[in-house]
Amino acid sequence: MSKAIDSLLAQAEAEIAAAADPAALDAVRVRYLGKKGRLTAELKGLGTLPDEERRARGQALNRLKADIAERIDARRKALEEQATAERLAAEAVDVTLPGRRGEDGGLHPVTRTLRRIEALFVQMGFRVATGPEIETEYFNFEALNIPAHHPARAMHDTFYIDPPHLLRTHTSPVQIRVMQAGAPPFRIIAPGRVYRCDSDVTHTPMFHQVEGLLVDEGVSFADLMGTLDVFLQAFFERDDLRTRYRPSYFPFTEPSAEVDVQCVACNGAGCRICKNSGWLEVLGSGMVHPEVFRHAGVDAERYSGYAFGMGVERLAMLRYGVPDLRLFFENDVRFLARFS
Amino acid sequence: MRVSERWLREWLPGLVGGPEWIARLDELGLEVDGVEPAAPPFHGVVVAEVLAVAPHPNADKLRVCRVSDGRDEWEVVCGAPNVAAGIKVPFAREGAELPGGLRIRKARLRGVESRGMLCSAAELGLAERADGLMVLPADAPPGVDLREYLDLDDRLLDIAVTPNRGDCLSIAGLARELAAALGLALRAPETAPVAVSLDETPLDVDLADPACGRYCGRVIRGVDPRARTPLWMAEKLRRAGLRSIHPVVDVTNYVMLELGQPMHAFDLQRLSRNITVRWARAGETLRLLNEQTVELDPDCLVIADGRGPVALAGVMGGLDSAVTAGSRDLFLESAFFEPEAVAGRARRFGLASESAYRFERGVDPGLQRRALERATALILEICGGRAGPPIERRHPASPRGDDIAIHLRRARVEALLGCRLADADISGRLAALGCGLEARDDGWRVVVPSHRFDLRIEADLIEEIARLHGYARLPRRLPAFAPAPPSAPEGRLDAARLALALVERGYREIISYSFIEPELAARLAPGVEPVALRNPLSRELSVMRPSLWPGLLGALRHNRHRQQADLALFEIGTCFLPAAREGRPAEEIGRIGGLRCGRRLGEGWNRPREAVDFFDIKGDVERLLVLGGEEAVFEAAVHPVLHPGQSARVVRAGRVLGWLGALHPALLAALDLDGPVFVFELDLEPLCAAAVPQAAAPSRFPAVRRDLAVLVPRDCSWAQVEAVLRRAAPPIVQSWRLFDVYTGPGVGPERKSFAIGLILQDISRTLTDRDVESAGAAVLAALAEELGATLRE
Repeated sequence: MSKAIDSLLAQAEAEIAAAADPAALDAVRVRYLGKKGRLTAELKGLGTLPDEERRARGQALNRLKADIAERIDARRKALEEQATAERLAAEAVDVTLPGRRGEDGGLHPVTRTLRRIEALFVQMGFRVATGPEIETEYFNFEALNIPAHHPARAMHDTFYIDPPHLLRTHTSPVQIRVMQAGAPPFRIIAPGRVYRCDSDVTHTPMFHQVEGLLVDEGVSFADLMGTLDVFLQAFFERDDLRTRYRPSYFPFTEPSAEVDVQCVACNGAGCRICKNSGWLEVLGSGMVHPEVFRHAGVDAERYSGYAFGMGVERLAMLRYGVPDLRLFFENDVRFLARFS
Repeated sequence: MRVSERWLREWLPGLVGGPEWIARLDELGLEVDGVEPAAPPFHGVVVAEVLAVAPHPNADKLRVCRVSDGRDEWEVVCGAPNVAAGIKVPFAREGAELPGGLRIRKARLRGVESRGMLCSAAELGLAERADGLMVLPADAPPGVDLREYLDLDDRLLDIAVTPNRGDCLSIAGLARELAAALGLALRAPETAPVAVSLDETPLDVDLADPACGRYCGRVIRGVDPRARTPLWMAEKLRRAGLRSIHPVVDVTNYVMLELGQPMHAFDLQRLSRNITVRWARAGETLRLLNEQTVELDPDCLVIADGRGPVALAGVMGGLDSAVTAGSRDLFLESAFFEPEAVAGRARRFGLASESAYRFERGVDPGLQRRALERATALILEICGGRAGPPIERRHPASPRGDDIAIHLRRARVEALLGCRLADADISGRLAALGCGLEARDDGWRVVVPSHRFDLRIEADLIEEIARLHGYARLPRRLPAFAPAPPSAPEGRLDAARLALALVERGYREIISYSFIEPELAARLAPGVEPVALRNPLSRELSVMRPSLWPGLLGALRHNRHRQQADLALFEIGTCFLPAAREGRPAEEIGRIGGLRCGRRLGEGWNRPREAVDFFDIKGDVERLLVLGGEEAVFEAAVHPVLHPGQSARVVRAGRVLGWLGALHPALLAALDLDGPVFVFELDLEPLCAAAVPQAAAPSRFPAVRRDLAVLVPRDCSWAQVEAVLRRAAPPIVQSWRLFDVYTGPGVGPERKSFAIGLILQDISRTLTDRDVESAGAAVLAALAEELGATLRE
C-alpha cells in the first residue's frame, strides 16, 4: 500500500524536476492534483474501502498531496528566480561606455582668474566697482596726477577715440569715480578691460586689470604690504610664498612699490619663467598721492589710503601655466577645454 | 639705460664686488633688467703692428702682410681694404677663438700660408658691422691682449629708470645714488674751469622766455679737423649704445652720459652772431640733423640766430649749423630747458632724442657751467684749439635756483609708513641724498637738491626715507576696519550667474578684442556707424564693436580652421554704440551673446546625430530669461543679418532685450562660412532684472489632464494660441503643454495641428468629469472663435 504511494511520490518528483518552465510545471500539477489528476482519482476511490483502511489510506494520500504541492511550489519559485536572473543578465550594459551628455562648457581662464581675485578681496571686505571703458583724459590721466606731456603718458600708449575721449589705459580711473561719488572709507576693487596700443609677444592691445583702493583713517604702507601678502598667498595657495616690494614710480601713488612674488614655477631657484631672477613681478602699488585725493575731494590730512593694480592675464599665466599671452584671445576651444 | 660697470666704478672706487650692489639697485627702485658682458667671449687676440703689406700672388683682393705681435713676426693673408703698413690692429694668433666659436688655425689662402687673422670690430663682436680692420691707436703696445687693452672684461647693466628719476640718467647720477645708499665716497672727474686762451667778444645770447632758465656757451676756435675720438671714449660710447660720429659730437655725448647734461655744438662759421632762445613763430621750419625738415609749432622752443631757428631746444640741432668733418670753430651750448618746454616735442616729430629724453625728465639746473667746462677740457685735449670766455645767462623769471623747501613731519612719516623711525635715521637718509635739513619742533625743514625734480611734497620725502631704509625692513600687517554693511540683493542677477547657466548648457566662454574690422562691423551691425579709434594698431582693430557677434564669428572661424565643427561659444562684454547723449563719443552697453553650430550634443555612440536648430538656441535664451523670473516674449521679426524665417526679437516689459536666430545664408556666404550658424545677443542690464520668488502652496486635490488636438490655419503661431489660452481658459486650467506640432498628410495643406495637454486642478475640491468637459469645451470654443480652430478628429 505505502509502497504504491511512495512510487507515486517518486514519479511526481521526477516529473517536477524535469519541468523546465512554468507551463510544464503546471502540466505536472494538473496531472497529479487536477480534477482528473491521479491523486484526485485515488482520493475518489477511497469511498469503496472499509472504514479502517479508508482512514489510514486517506491520511497517507493527503500527506502525499501536500508533499507534491509543496514540491511544485518550490520548483516554481526556483524557475522564477532563474527567469529573473536570466532577464537581468540580458539587461546588463557595458558600464565603461561613455555616459550621455553634451559637450562640456567652461569659463575663460581670465574670467576664472578674475572671479578668484574678486572672491578673495570680497572676503576681506572689499566691494566690486566698475567704470566705463571709454574714459576722458581727466579721469585716465589728470586726476591721477599725470598731466599732459608727462613722460608717464608715453608709457601708456593710449588709443584715442576723439580727444579728450580715449580707451582707458588702466582701471585706476575707477578710483577717482568711486571717491568722487561717495565719502570715505572706501574699500573697492575694480576689475575690467584696459587698452594700450602695443602688440607683440608679451603685449596684447587689450588686457584685464584689477584695481584696488582702500581709504580710511590711519591706513599705512604696512597695511598695503600686509593686504597684498595675504592676497598673493591665497591666490597661489602657498602660505609660505615670499614677496618683495621694490620702490617704483606711479604718478598716482607716493610712496610706490612694485610687488614681486617668489617664482611659483621654480620656488625662487631661477628658471626660464622668472628669467633666472627667482622673482616674478605681479603688481604695482602705493599710497594714494595727495594730488589724487585733491581731485577726488578727499581730505588728505585726515585720510590716507593705498591703491594697487594687477594684470589679470599675468596672474592667470602664472597660476595655470599658460605659455603664451596670445592664447587668451585666440579662443581656441582646445585651449579653453583645459578650463571646463 | 645701458651702464658700464667699469665706468661706474671709476666714480665709486669703494664699491665692492659681488652681486649685492646690483641687488641694491633693485631695492632702490633702479630696476636692473639685465646684466651682459661688454664683449662676447673670445681669446688669443692681441695688439699687433702691420710691418709690411705685399700683393697676393694669386688674388687681386687679398694682401700678404707681415705682422709683429711684439715678440715674433708672422705672415698673414688679409682681405680688408684698409690694411696698410704701420697700423696697429687686433691679431688673432693661431689657437685663438673668436666669438661664435671660430678657431684660428694655420691656413693656406690661395696658395699662401696665413699664420693667424687680422680682425675687424665686427669679427670681435664689438660692432654690428665693419668696413675693414679695427684700427687701434698708434701707441697701442703690440703683444698686449686685446681684452686687457680695451678693458673688455666689463659688464653692461640695463637699468630701467622710472620717468621721475631723470637725475639717474647718467653715470654721475647713478653713482650719487649708490654712494648715498651704501655710504660710499664719490670720485668725480676734474671739472675746474679751463684757462681762457682766446680773446674774443662773446656771442650775444638772449633768453626770451623763462622756459630756458639758464644758458651757458663758449666759442672754441682752431680745433683740428683731423682729430680722432680716442679709443677709450669711443668704447664708453659704444657700451652705452651710442655710435662714435665726430670727436666734438662724441665729447658732447660723453658729457651727457657722464654728467647728465645734454649739450650741443654748432659750427661757429655757420651761425650768425646773435643767439636767441625763443618760441618758434608760425611758419618757421627747421632742417634737423637727421635731415628731416619739421614745421615748427608756436609751442616749440628753438635756438635761433639772426636768420632763424638753428636748433629745436633740447631735442635736436639743425643740419645747417651742425659740426662737420671740416669744422674748425665751434660754439658749444650747455643749457637748461624746462621739462614742459621739451616734453612731447620729440614724439610729435617722431624723433629719437637722448637729449629730449633727459630734458623731459628734468636736467639739473645747477649743472650747465660744470658740464661746459668738462666738455671744453675734453675738446681741447682731443681736438686742440683755444677756448673763449664762457657765457652764462640766466632768465630773471626762472624759478630754478630758488630753494625748494618741504616741511616734513615726524608724525606723518610714522602714519604713512606704519612704524616709527629714529630721528637720526630720517635725517641721515635725507642728508645722504644731498638734502639740507633744519630741525623744527615737529620735524624738519628740508631743502631738496636741484637735481631732484621728483621731490616736491612731504610724501616724496617719506618715500625717500623708506627707499633708503629698505622696504624689506618696514613692517607689514593687515588693516583693521569696521565691516561694511552686508548686502545680497535678489532684485538683480549677477552676470556670473548667467555665464554659469550657459556653461552648464555646454557653452565655452570666449574673450575677444573690443575693436574689430570696420567691414565686419558693417556686415554684422548694418546701419550703425561704429565708434572709430583715432590711432588704431591696424585696420583689423580699428572700430569699437557694436555687437558681440563679430568676435564670436572670429572664434568660430579660428576653430573651424582647426577642425572644430561643433561649437557653443559665448561672450559677456561691452558693445559700443553711437552716442545718444551729448558729450560722449559712445554708449557702452553690456551684453551677453552666444553662437552655436554643428551637432547638438557633439559626437557620441549614444547620441542622435542631429544638427543644432533654432529651438536649441531659443532654449538657451529661455534658460537665461527664466533665471530672472520675469516674463519675456519672442516675436518673429526681421533682422538684417538673420535668416528672415528664423529670427526673433526678445521683448520683456515692452523693451527689446535682444535678438536670436540663424545667421542669414547670404551673410555666411559672404564671410565664406558654412551654415547654419545660430546666434543670440541680449542686453545685460534688463536681463539681470530679477524678481524675488513668491511661493504658493500646491493644491491637495488631484490634477486631471485633458488632451486636445486642434487644427488651426498654417500661419497661426503658437503665441497666438497661447494668447487665447491665457485669456479664455477657465481658472481651473492650471497650465498646458504643447506635446505635438503636425503638418502633413491628414490635416490638409492649409492647416496644422497643435496637440495640447491641459492640466486642470482646483485648489479646494476634486474636479468632476463635468468640470473637465466644460473647461475643454470652453478652450476649444475660444480657439474656434478667435483663430478658426477645429478639433482634429
